[in-house]
Amino acid sequence: MSLLSTLARLEAVRAQRAQPLATVRHRHLSERPMVLVPLAAAGESGAPLAVLLGTDRESPRLHFVPQPLNRTQRSEFLAAVAREVVPYLASFGDEVELLEGSEKDPVSGEKVPVVRELCADAPQLIVPNAGGVSHLALLGRSTRFRRTVEDPDPGEYPSPTEVPLLGRWLTHLTDRAQVPGSSMLLAMTGLLSRHWATGQSNLEDQHLAARLAWHLPPAGFEPPGTGAAAAEWVESARDGDGLLLHPPAGPATDPKFDERVLAPAILRHDAAVAVRERAEAARDAAEVRRAAGLVEQAHAELARVLLSVTLPTWHDVWHGLDLLRALPAAGHLPDRWEGDRWSFTMHRDRVAAGEPPQPRRDDAVTAARKLAQREREQARLEIQEALDDPLAMAERRLAGEAFAGEVVEVVPEWSAGRSPKPRPLLVVRTDDRPHADPGREVHRAHAEPAQRAEVVSAAPGEVVVRLLSGMGRRKDPEPGSVPEPGTAVVFTLFELAPRQSAPLPEPADTPWTHGGPPVAVEDVPVGADEWE
Amino acid sequence: MNVSHLGQASPPLRRLSELRGPAPQRSLDARALAALAANPGCRRRALLDAAGVDKTALAQQLGRPAPFGQSPFAIRRGLQFESRLKRDGYAVLLAPLRRRLGLPEDEVASLAVPDLLPAASPAVRAERTAAVLAEAAADPAGWTLLDHPMLRLEVAGSPAYLEPDAVVVHAGRCTVVEIKSFPVLDGSADPANVGAAARQAAVYVLALQEAAARLAGRPLSAGPYAVQELPGAPELTVLLVCPKDFSSQPVAVPVDVRRELAVTRRQLSRMTRIDQLLAALPEGVTFDLARDASGAPTRPAGELAAAVAAVPAAYAPECISTCELGFHCRAQARCAGGVEQLGRGVRGELGSLRTVEEALAAAEQGGGGGPELDEAAERLAYAARLRAGALAAGGVR
Repeated sequence: MSLLSTLARLEAVRAQRAQPLATVRHRHLSERPMVLVPLAAAGESGAPLAVLLGTDRESPRLHFVPQPLNRTQRSEFLAAVAREVVPYLASFGDEVELLEGSEKDPVSGEKVPVVRELCADAPQLIVPNAGGVSHLALLGRSTRFRRTVEDPDPGEYPSPTEVPLLGRWLTHLTDRAQVPGSSMLLAMTGLLSRHWATGQSNLEDQHLAARLAWHLPPAGFEPPGTGAAAAEWVESARDGDGLLLHPPAGPATDPKFDERVLAPAILRHDAAVAVRERAEAARDAAEVRRAAGLVEQAHAELARVLLSVTLPTWHDVWHGLDLLRALPAAGHLPDRWEGDRWSFTMHRDRVAAGEPPQPRRDDAVTAARKLAQREREQARLEIQEALDDPLAMAERRLAGEAFAGEVVEVVPEWSAGRSPKPRPLLVVRTDDRPHADPGREVHRAHAEPAQRAEVVSAAPGEVVVRLLSGMGRRKDPEPGSVPEPGTAVVFTLFELAPRQSAPLPEPADTPWTHGGPPVAVEDVPVGADEWE
Repeated sequence: MNVSHLGQASPPLRRLSELRGPAPQRSLDARALAALAANPGCRRRALLDAAGVDKTALAQQLGRPAPFGQSPFAIRRGLQFESRLKRDGYAVLLAPLRRRLGLPEDEVASLAVPDLLPAASPAVRAERTAAVLAEAAADPAGWTLLDHPMLRLEVAGSPAYLEPDAVVVHAGRCTVVEIKSFPVLDGSADPANVGAAARQAAVYVLALQEAAARLAGRPLSAGPYAVQELPGAPELTVLLVCPKDFSSQPVAVPVDVRRELAVTRRQLSRMTRIDQLLAALPEGVTFDLARDASGAPTRPAGELAAAVAAVPAAYAPECISTCELGFHCRAQARCAGGVEQLGRGVRGELGSLRTVEEALAAAEQGGGGGPELDEAAERLAYAARLRAGALAAGGVR
């Protein structure tokens, strides 16, 4: 945490209300996001319990596993979720832009023109917190290798065909969520933390409702208010039965809820199913009908209790979206969203081409590529945020990586040589204290075209720089390319375009130090051990 | 009650038992020790734990109960998993151990599982464990598994009783086995979970090292990384047993805990001696909940809070997830306007500014502060100017 965000937190403590950490919205928000509130069954990693999902705020849909230990029911649940999520994802694959490019022909080595498709928009999934993202990743890992009835060897427990497809998409989305600045799968707590500071610690901010209590008075909190008291109420207020008044955002449920509400409801459902099975075995039609009624009743009861612990979080996520939508979008959002659109398009193509699911572990080259991409995107994100948002730039100024000020004097000078080029000196009055030694290269923010300069001298309150580029080809600078006295300017010590890293080898050329070329196609046996 | 060993108590022990009142003593477990070691500066927790006060009941009576609990589903699954491990003579534990020791797989070794008197008091169980351990360590060929042994560890001058899931003894050395319910997925597990398990196991290894040193009549070696060459000494690599992938098939993974061991040893040695804490305590302070005949606490919350406040705490937001009194200490920190409520790092960042109001006042003084403004305050004022300027430029407010 930087000193600036600490300061914002301090202000939030005094105001008992969240304080801005950004003046613009730094993440793309879709017009039609899908919100998911997943719940996990306690005690077993990656075991789903329920999910409340949908694209329409007014009509969320609940899916759940009546008996979380039952693998068949789990499969049915995953199939039902897949039937909601996969069509949503696929709906973005239809409308495409056609981009002309060129590709090197592998045989002749000549460049041939190609037309590539780029989906006009991409899906966006929003979950309450980082735990939700990891839960989806676990679901993806546990389903993408599942065998289906269509497989040549369906195994003992074939799953519905949608399930492995869902797994591949979830794996792709959770993987993409690791890329800094990506917006295809977002956690609401992370989104809010980027844009506002609360008067509590980062750790406490992971509780979605508690952090929202610094923005809006929580429903049911008397007297209405925001801040620490409201947040504590949301975290810990319980009713007469010892149940939390505001359920946690998941994926883990409150142990008290498990003990007092969920376990009995599951038990009743199990009992009703047992009665029905006995009746079916005894071929007692009247009893079967009665038992079916019981099962339906128990099922409805389970749905009711699970809805009661997911619906508040559902509303919280949408409230968070309201807050974020009120912020103006940052200038570089379309640029970064295009990266997400490419990511979506490419995965769509891989699925359509019938490629196998993502391997359990990336090979050396893929892992290196992903790391390089994340590093590159991190650098790009930091630059773009600083350019889009004066508050983000203030962080860099505080760190001595940039300085902002007013041009007080311009001294026209030229380079020596046969064709002199403009090399004007700018005297910039600034309160910032950049780590700028004479000779250091600096970059002018928001300059079009890009403009480099060199620090000539830096004294407290005044920095003198010499402009080196971006002034045209003639002896005299292009009009408007040199700031007039009185102009506000920002110079950064970091480059404004991220550097390209050296290319990585093709997988087939993996050096032996990294395990050599990957062994053909990994056999993907779906261990019966995983689904006993 | 397991206070028999406190019978002819020394003055500090008597004072500790007064602090607790007539309630049964809560013994420190490895998880609590690991949490304590994570915040060694917290005198409140050190004293309450040393006195064996039931912090859960205390927090409840103070009006801010701890949010901890375990779901019945998790408990059931944990039990299922442990019972699975015991199948086929603990084959799942022995196989990786043998591989590490380079023993033939097909050799049938009989595994001795001695009775460790699980129903007895901790002190008795600890004695029994020590005896069994010494016996097993003397047998070079046999395999012995201690199922939930009881180990004793001296912490800041008071005894703590620790119960590892299992200890396997072979060829005069023992290996700590820690059973956890998080999965090893595709050969790797969540680092946060593994770290917590390693810290916990390191406490057991330390207790076993002390036991071995006691048995041999030698002091504990000074270097935390030194491998003890004594009979019954623990390996510095523990076995972590977890479910494999999404199954309930167990998989055992060796985890090197040397680093955690060194950290634990250092932290525990840094903890203020209990007698010093007691000496600083005002006369008459007690954490007795004054339970009535039905067991309901009758002590007024205000009085209890005053008693708790007599011992300074070192609150950090991490406490909420590890300490029963976390919510209570947070409320106190908020009430006092302390900056530690915002996180451990914040305190370092703000230097001598200890409260929110002090920090904000420093931020508002701008550049015109007197010479008494230290570096942190000056930086804060600079940050405040930058923030105000940026918010204005961004059109917010």
